[in-house]
Amino acid sequence: MKIVVCVKQVAVLGDEVEFTDDARDVDPDFLDASLNEWDSYATEEALRIRENAGSDGDEIVVVSVGDGDVEPAMRRCLAMGADRATRIDHSGSRDPITIARLLAPVVNAESPDLVFCGVQSSDAVQAATGTALAELLDLARVAVVTRIELDTGARRATVHRELEGGLVDVTEVDTPALLTIQTGINQPRYATLRAIKQAEQEPIQLVAAGEEGEPAYRVRRMFAPPKGEGAELLDGSAADIARRIAGIVQERLK
Amino acid sequence: MSETLIVAEHLRGAMRDVTGELVTAARLLGNPVAVAVIARDPSRLEVTYEGVDEIVGVPVEQAEFENDVYQHALEALIAERQPEVVLLGFTVNSMGYGPAVAAKLDLGFASDVHGLALDGEAVIATRSFYGGKVDAELEFPEGRPVLLLIRPTAFAPAPSGGSPSTSAFSVEVPSSRARHVDFREAAVGDVDITTADFLLSIGRGVGEQDAIPQFERLAEKLGAVLSVSRPLVDAGWMPNARQVGQSGKTVKPKVYLALGISGAVQHLAGMKTSGTIIAVNTDPEAAIFNVAHYGAVADLFDVADELEKLS
Repeated sequence: MKIVVCVKQVAVLGDEVEFTDDARDVDPDFLDASLNEWDSYATEEALRIRENAGSDGDEIVVVSVGDGDVEPAMRRCLAMGADRATRIDHSGSRDPITIARLLAPVVNAESPDLVFCGVQSSDAVQAATGTALAELLDLARVAVVTRIELDTGARRATVHRELEGGLVDVTEVDTPALLTIQTGINQPRYATLRAIKQAEQEPIQLVAAGEEGEPAYRVRRMFAPPKGEGAELLDGSAADIARRIAGIVQERLK
Repeated sequence: MSETLIVAEHLRGAMRDVTGELVTAARLLGNPVAVAVIARDPSRLEVTYEGVDEIVGVPVEQAEFENDVYQHALEALIAERQPEVVLLGFTVNSMGYGPAVAAKLDLGFASDVHGLALDGEAVIATRSFYGGKVDAELEFPEGRPVLLLIRPTAFAPAPSGGSPSTSAFSVEVPSSRARHVDFREAAVGDVDITTADFLLSIGRGVGEQDAIPQFERLAEKLGAVLSVSRPLVDAGWMPNARQVGQSGKTVKPKVYLALGISGAVQHLAGMKTSGTIIAVNTDPEAAIFNVAHYGAVADLFDVADELEKLS
């Protein structure tokens, strides 16, 4: 069995923000990076399926879209135990439909039995790439999965789809399938320092981006969100803050 | 005729609130508003919102949502009606088919949209990036429909009323590759956080499982009920029944005291209508401060220690 896991290196914005001169994005100097949290769960789930099946022949392939800067996220997945990684070289539009279009031929060439994507990325929260990719691959799919039971012989899986309010929709899906993986489905393992070091040496296959077509959207303007009514700031020492909080609570609970 | 087409969201025979919110969003665009109800018996689901011009019943065999059914029905509706804009909720159901329709038909697309406007004829959508810390206005390719997934609770529900026309649209749906089997209720916990007047809510900022008993004690001392944000449930530290947010409980206590919660969109959706929101976080740009009435940029442990001394 082969499982492809599509991952993203996400941008983490710190305490301060400045915008690029054209005001269409955040100045990259103000960004840190990490493996998208949802994708670490997706990678872990792929590893668990392999371990539970006890089949060493199974292969787990990590695919990402981006320039060389996204490789640390991919190496993190290799350090967790993925077998190999392919990066689709791209630095243009990042809307989810475009990303899905770029992923599709590369994932398709792997002929996977399962494709996992995180439900969403922590930076953009679009929750769309996986479902768009499933369409382009003509795969059955389920979004927001919190449990997977595979029935390989019958070519199907029973999965839990997590709806709002924690209600679970038990869904039977034909395989091969694409599933978008929700946090909490497992506890992602920590990569050992040794594995992280080893993963740094592993080759990452590079493929050229295919036709990206017209983007699904263009950013016209990016800006700091208007503060609502604005929180009233409680300042001073921790003791001052605690006293103010205690006072407000007492007042409001009267 | 150009129109804004909404796909109604319903679950187990009841219309969901987001449908009325989509009507409010649609009315900002000026065009006639049609609401498609894809269901086994569409007439049993009432769409009674002011501002709806037409209700389009789309009868299908499946009683509950299946993404292949909705995808196929929406593609047929778009082909037939040529809407300028299609609005769906940014919900788990829509995540399962909306982006697929956009990819297949090459539509303009954006999700988690929380603001909508017209610039001349062009639709401008506002959504957040970088973990909710910045907003962006998006524009879309000319000459094709735009499909938008609208953030729940971003728009007020449309008032009830209206006298829309009704029509029926029949569609042949292929067999589903992902089939609804059953629903399982969320686990019931030892406390009902939705009925508490005072919630002490903790998040990722507490750092480790060993820290939790301290906040259980603090909650007890303050007379609060302890609730949490999703990461603590994902980590297995607290039961799902204590979780505030879209996938947990929606709460509206008199006081919501958030310690170490950054304020992911899904969390805010579950608590932003609380009476008084007090947030303590080390990150001054944390999104929780956008909904908080009182905010302190401070270490949550320092504040918790001081609160414990007071009570």
